[in-house]
Amino acid sequence: MTDPGIRRPRHARPVRRAGLARTAVRGLGQTLITLGVIVLLFVGYEIWVTDQINEGRQSELTQDLRQRWDTGDDPLGAPDRPDGSAAELPLGEGFAFIRIPRFGPDYVRVILEGTDEDKLTEGPGHYPDSALPGEVGNFAMAGHRVGKGSPFLNLDQLGPGDAIIIETRDTWFVYRMLRNEARADPDGVVGQQIVDPGAVEVVEPVPGQPEATPTRSLLTLTTCHPKFSAAQRLIVHAELDGAPLPKSDYPDGPPALTGG
Amino acid sequence: MYTWIWRHLPGGLPGKLAGSLLLVLAVSALLLFVVFPWLEPMLPLNEVTVR
Repeated sequence: MTDPGIRRPRHARPVRRAGLARTAVRGLGQTLITLGVIVLLFVGYEIWVTDQINEGRQSELTQDLRQRWDTGDDPLGAPDRPDGSAAELPLGEGFAFIRIPRFGPDYVRVILEGTDEDKLTEGPGHYPDSALPGEVGNFAMAGHRVGKGSPFLNLDQLGPGDAIIIETRDTWFVYRMLRNEARADPDGVVGQQIVDPGAVEVVEPVPGQPEATPTRSLLTLTTCHPKFSAAQRLIVHAELDGAPLPKSDYPDGPPALTGG
Repeated sequence: MYTWIWRHLPGGLPGKLAGSLLLVLAVSALLLFVVFPWLEPMLPLNEVTVR
């Protein structure tokens, strides 16, 4: 190769300065490309990797809960406290399954107690102060929309009358999404609404009426809206449809599970 | 930076390719399993509750 000292004897300084600028621009370019790749990797993590981790965790929770039911150790069956009030569920404990036939025959998730992020990473979380399955009041849950198993990804595609089925140890509870006209509902509750993040009234016993005494068994699901954003919340309300169905009569699930 | 790494990887072309792959995998694993799980709760991406 040619010796650079011979090729450009007189332009050593300008060449070196150009070389420095080139190095700086190249370094900047590489840094930007690297950051871009890291951001892409993070998106992939949010969408796929957390789903994989969640799938493993959900199957563990499923096994645990079925085993506890089999051994008579139902988390919901804890005896009442001495003062007569119902015992609280331990935070982080799986206690029921949710199935939504509209999301496909395989859609089933363990519901955990609590709505802190570490619970929601594992599955839909029950608002601790809200009602329990089948109770009069509002059985309210939060769940992730994108990633972490994406339990509520397609919540916006649920329509009025769609079944949301809760399975406890001995019972199926079939809830159905309410209609979307407030006038069609005795309490003015709609099937689907989009609210601000601070709209805690949607999980009240009577949604939207913090002071009211509940007379019906409702169910509420909350998730983020729009997808990938924390700007708003997507809310779905449903009501218990008919009497709870004993699992002894319906070992393979209620008719609603297969579209009835 | 990448030029510097490439120059310092040993083992000729096959060694450099293998070394690069190994480095990419190691950095990805570090990001996916250590950095992102730590970083994620601090980002307001995944708030699904009303409070």
